Amino acid sequence: MADAIIDIRALSLAYERGGVRNVILSNLDLTIARGEFVVIVGESGVGKSTLLRVLIGLARPSAGKVRLDTRPGCRTPMALVFQDARLLPWRRVIDNVAFGLEGSGLSRAERRAKAAEMLALVGLADLGGRWPHQLSGGQRQRVAIARALAVEPDVLLMDEPFSALDSFTREGLQDELQRIKAQTGKTVLFVTHDIDEAVTLADRVVVLAGSPGRVAAEVRIDVPRPRPRRDAALLDAARSLRAELSRRSADL
Amino acid sequence: MSLVRSTLLAAAGLLAFLLFWEAMPRLGLINPAFLPPPSTIPAAFLREVSLGIWPEAVLSSLSHYVAGLLAGAGAGVGLGLLSGMFRPFESFTAWIVRLLRPIPGLAWVPFAIIWFGVQPSAAVFIIAIGVFWIVFFATQGAVRGVDRDLIEVAQAFGFRSPLARLTKILLPAATPGILVGLRTALGQAWMAVVAAEIFGVPGVGQRMMQASSLLSTDIVVVYMLTMAALYGLFDSAFVALQGWLLRWRA
Repeated sequence: MADAIIDIRALSLAYERGGVRNVILSNLDLTIARGEFVVIVGESGVGKSTLLRVLIGLARPSAGKVRLDTRPGCRTPMALVFQDARLLPWRRVIDNVAFGLEGSGLSRAERRAKAAEMLALVGLADLGGRWPHQLSGGQRQRVAIARALAVEPDVLLMDEPFSALDSFTREGLQDELQRIKAQTGKTVLFVTHDIDEAVTLADRVVVLAGSPGRVAAEVRIDVPRPRPRRDAALLDAARSLRAELSRRSADL
Repeated sequence: MSLVRSTLLAAAGLLAFLLFWEAMPRLGLINPAFLPPPSTIPAAFLREVSLGIWPEAVLSSLSHYVAGLLAGAGAGVGLGLLSGMFRPFESFTAWIVRLLRPIPGLAWVPFAIIWFGVQPSAAVFIIAIGVFWIVFFATQGAVRGVDRDLIEVAQAFGFRSPLARLTKILLPAATPGILVGLRTALGQAWMAVVAAEIFGVPGVGQRMMQASSLLSTDIVVVYMLTMAALYGLFDSAFVALQGWLLRWRA
């Protein structure tokens, strides 16, 4: 790929527990272009989240290489948004957003200013003084996105970030994420098990399948943005993806 | 039940208790030298204050209390954090803990006297031991119970050193549990104060021993109530502090 920001080659991850060897990922190849919005879909247990955990450094691969072409010297080339927002309950919203900036050399005032800017970006400019428990589920996930964006990562990793939200909130946040993506030009690697979500968001959908998981199929979604919901081309893409997935699981 | 009603009932209960207490010696059911009626307590209190004994004893006990509490709680939090954070440290100390833990604070009195003499430092030592274990176990448990998911958040943002883990996640997340231990310690330390002073270090405990050997039971009661009042004061202040520190909780 011309301008790859992430190049994953022959990645495998296995661990042993109680004498039983569990292979989660095997020989996975995946290249992601700078500025691309890639969505990974697949059944649960196929290793989607594990892949993100490897990239952010929460899990160690057993074999394979991950080459990153991010800005040199950047402390946080990637940032992860977890499925549950995982805000720190003892910090006010603004200080949650500023969390990743601590240790970056910025003063407290600079960190707060940056955090306020990010809160405005996710549409929560007024809620900086709240405690996390005072927020709704959707607001919490927005704060988590702001926290990830605050460290100015080259790549935003998102692990089923909207799956715990009601469908109304989810669609709102999907639109919001597309706007943020257009505004910041970040590379996004997004994991979901929701096909409609995948085709709505993605430039390219990567299907992980099998046990251990590997890349089973890739589908390019060439629908111009902003994408109207229930657009015929998106529905087509979703249909063919579903067919692909069920064919894959029938193979197993 | 409304707040007014429950307050009235509580006041009535206390009044009944005082009346019963007053009646027992007055009706000759108990020798007043063994149980002074409560009506004699204010006079005894004023006498102790005017002689300057009360303020001196209280100040002295308070200084033991605060020093012992700080030393015991400080060591308990520090070692509890280490033990909660590092499994090898926990294993290394496991049998030492088992060995020392069951020894009551009072059993240390002989060594306290030998090592420190009949000095305030001996009382501080006894109090510190009484407090240490409670705080140690509360801290260790609280650290161990911290949500792994939150530790991952720190790691995901590049905070991977033990110090960063401690200051950014473990300490704030464990604070509620540590505070519960500290509050228990606050009460435990008062008990230790009396015990530690009974062997002669000046303070409330010593004054109580003196008074009881002279059968001045009214003076003993003055100091019992003094300790109840001081404990109530400290506990209320602590609860207020706790509420402020944990204001982030729902």
